[in-house]
Amino acid sequence: MGEYIIEMLNITKIFPGIVANDNITLKLKKGEIHALLGENGAGKSTLMSILFGLYQPDSGEIRKNGKVVQINNPNDANDLGIGMVHQHFKLVDIFTVLENIILGVEPNRMGFIQKEEARKKVVELSEKYGLKVDPDAYVEDITVGMQQRVEILKMLYRDNEILIFDEPTAVLTPQEIRELLQIMKGFAKEGKSILFISHKLNEIMEVADRCTVLRKGKCIGTVNVKDTTKEELSRMMVGRDISFKVDKKERKPGDVVLSVKNLNVVSKTHGKNLVKDVSFDVRAGEIVCLAGIDGNGQREIVNAITGLEKPTSGTIILCGHDITKASIRERSIRGISHIPEDRHKHGLVLDYKLEENLVLQRYWQREFQNRGFIKFDSVRKYAEKLIDKFDIRSGQGPITITRSMSGGNQQKAIIAREIDKDHELLIAVQPTRGLDVGAIEYIHKQLISRRDAGKAVLLVSLELDEVMDISDRILVIYEGEIVGELDPKTTTVEELGLYMSGAKRDNVKEINDGREE
Amino acid sequence: MEGKNNIYNDNKFNIRNMMNKGILSSFFSALVAVFLGLIIGFFVMLIALPANALIGFRHIIVGGLNRIGDVFYYATPILMTGLSVGFANKMGLFNIGASGQYTMGMYFALYVAFMWDLPDSIHWIVACLAGFVGGMIWGAIPGIFKAFLNVNEVITSIMFNYIGMYLVDMLIQGNSAMYVSDKTRTQYIPAEVQMPSLGIPNSNVNLGIILAILIGILLYIVLQKTIFGYELKATGFNRFASEYAGMKGKRNIIITMAIAGGLSGLGGAFGILAPSGIAGSSMTYEPINIIAPAGFNGIAVALLGNSHPIGIIFSAIFISYIQRGGTLASLAGYKPEIIDIVIAVIIYFSAFANIMNTAILGFIVRHFGKGRKSGNTLANDDIKEAE
Ligand SMILES: Nc1ncnc2c1ncn2[C@@H]1O[C@H](COP(=O)(O)OP(=O)(O)O)[C@@H](O)[C@H]1O
Ligand SMILES: [Mg+2]
Repeated sequence: MGEYIIEMLNITKIFPGIVANDNITLKLKKGEIHALLGENGAGKSTLMSILFGLYQPDSGEIRKNGKVVQINNPNDANDLGIGMVHQHFKLVDIFTVLENIILGVEPNRMGFIQKEEARKKVVELSEKYGLKVDPDAYVEDITVGMQQRVEILKMLYRDNEILIFDEPTAVLTPQEIRELLQIMKGFAKEGKSILFISHKLNEIMEVADRCTVLRKGKCIGTVNVKDTTKEELSRMMVGRDISFKVDKKERKPGDVVLSVKNLNVVSKTHGKNLVKDVSFDVRAGEIVCLAGIDGNGQREIVNAITGLEKPTSGTIILCGHDITKASIRERSIRGISHIPEDRHKHGLVLDYKLEENLVLQRYWQREFQNRGFIKFDSVRKYAEKLIDKFDIRSGQGPITITRSMSGGNQQKAIIAREIDKDHELLIAVQPTRGLDVGAIEYIHKQLISRRDAGKAVLLVSLELDEVMDISDRILVIYEGEIVGELDPKTTTVEELGLYMSGAKRDNVKEINDGREE
Repeated sequence: MEGKNNIYNDNKFNIRNMMNKGILSSFFSALVAVFLGLIIGFFVMLIALPANALIGFRHIIVGGLNRIGDVFYYATPILMTGLSVGFANKMGLFNIGASGQYTMGMYFALYVAFMWDLPDSIHWIVACLAGFVGGMIWGAIPGIFKAFLNVNEVITSIMFNYIGMYLVDMLIQGNSAMYVSDKTRTQYIPAEVQMPSLGIPNSNVNLGIILAILIGILLYIVLQKTIFGYELKATGFNRFASEYAGMKGKRNIIITMAIAGGLSGLGGAFGILAPSGIAGSSMTYEPINIIAPAGFNGIAVALLGNSHPIGIIFSAIFISYIQRGGTLASLAGYKPEIIDIVIAVIIYFSAFANIMNTAILGFIVRHFGKGRKSGNTLANDDIKEAE
């Protein structure tokens, strides 16, 4: 004995309508990085939340160093040295970094917080591990990457020795990911034990010692990372072979569906031009990708096309109609489908049932209403059809409250809704963000099927692989301008990277002028 | 199809599941709130006047039974303002202006009662409709400010409470056909314009309560079954998603506030047009610069009813019931303020009701779960390790 620092034995957790963890056993060795791999909704977060005391298992037990422990709440977990960085950070926005780190364990003398003492320890830790933070910055003002470092410092400050990272890399830039993986390795070398949730196989191959794979709540097995391959892991994860390469047939683009001309968007807050004189076309039967680093004007362009925000100047033409001033509803009727960037903010009413969300773009149509009354039978039938066709999984089918569904299935619901609605142009903004390989493959297939059905597809993506794999044409955007048009068949990822970072650019005017003639 | 449905049909009869979400849970939490409120109310009485606490408390609990007619009579206006606040709340708007809308509705109703010459059979109906319109205008204005200028409706509607009250007082005082200046009150409303009584002896209860309940049911249908209700709730839950789906947010804000205002206005009309038990007299309004309390009571009613129209019907009746009992408690030597405290406590607890609900459920489930847990562990003991 003594080999395992944590053992979770035969853990079962049931949520209404779904067995989130079905008799799962996971054993963590001291000083190892143990990856937990699984599709969205496989039960990874649930399992870790049980270890962290947020949920109680319906059955099963947890042992630390061989002794059975009862973890009723996160305080118990903390007492056992267990810390967790959640998938969605749990920081208090209006507190400073330092205040957040010491929250709940403030060093005090007779009730007065000893901030200086705390600051010293935080600064020491931050230097020791290379976790750069500004202790006095307010959390609402710092980047996501720094917020994550704050979460990590929170664990270190509490002297936790078992560190749980729930999908820590989903929100980071490639540079930040490399740093984080380095830091995790450092922790392991020091003897801390790490549970690392991810569905990015490359990261797991790079840092993890062992990997436990979950699928639909069941434990598929634990493997030594040294002795396995990406292909094997992905097969364990989704239960079938995954092709990392996208199948795509040649196809000649048809008529122009969307035409954007001389679009300008001036920022309301600081008067700068967020979008500068952008012009481009998207034709039927092609996937055009707007590639660029986050925050270079993609959002503003999409908002101008979908009608969420008014552009300062320029024209937008959809299938020959000038829609620059049209309402959102009118654009939708004229044929725009939109998979929004933020599925929780725009894409779904999380407190509505799944079926209510599936008709969000169509509830007013004759099929679903009669003199202002909703036809509930038709809604139910339609929802069941989409759930079946798009394999949307949830605890209670059409009546599941959308909030309780996993991210991947929420995204599937949006995609089902937007694709099934009549459309000529599909706008997909970071449609695969935060999703696992199975779901990504699925979404790519759907986008390509739209293209093959003769629809125009405008894809906005930050993922280089995705951009290269599925688009027919790449428009690179940098600081609000289109700086290059690339053909994915002839360009390389490196070249694309140069354009995206602004190191290289073509004469934009020429591209635009050429197009307008 | 049938087989697939089974997965979720099983859950229909799972009490725990029903408790977690939906009607049962809000009903349960309201009951817990009421219960705790009553207990603490009892302690308040015990402290205030220990000797009479039991008698006084008995009055509060069962006193209302002797005055069922009055319970419904006093429930009418707060039911309307409660529906008003609750309806706006479904869209994420806080209609704190129910008082001003109530006063406006009352004025419009009075105006029609005194100034318009109409056949007896429809006079009170037109007066009620006028009340609805008056409240509607007073609700729509903050709605317009919110929709077009993004001014918080809480601020405008508080201001409109004052503007409405002073305006109505001024208009009434300046109108000799309506106002008796030496008695500082309005004239008696002719009996033909008063609402038809329900004929319960010693009570002014009238058709208003029936109409109010019907309106509550109507609102329920609008919220649950119509496109408008779907849009309204979607906007209340997530404004961004409703915009993304092309719903006309601005229009809906104005309509919702107008309807909410209209409901309060109707409450004002029901209040002032209620029949009087004494022949030849009527309800009157005294323009003495006081904001109508019915509006604020409506907030409490909506809160206790969880903004659900049917819940609001019950909570209005309940609060009225407790208040009737409370007036009787004064027979045992208690001041009316005591009963206000009891009601305040109930409201206070209802705000925490959901938390308490989860805490209590958690307690039950944990105890229940413990037994099951050990059983399962035993059964699973022989399952082989994953490695
Ligand atoms: N609090 C909850 N209530 C009901 N169902 C839940 C809850 N949390 C998670 N689930 C469900 O349990 C399953 C597993 O979820 P989760 O552990 O978050 O998956 P993962 O982290 O692997 O993506 C999903 O189907 C999800 O919808
Ligand atoms: Mg998760």
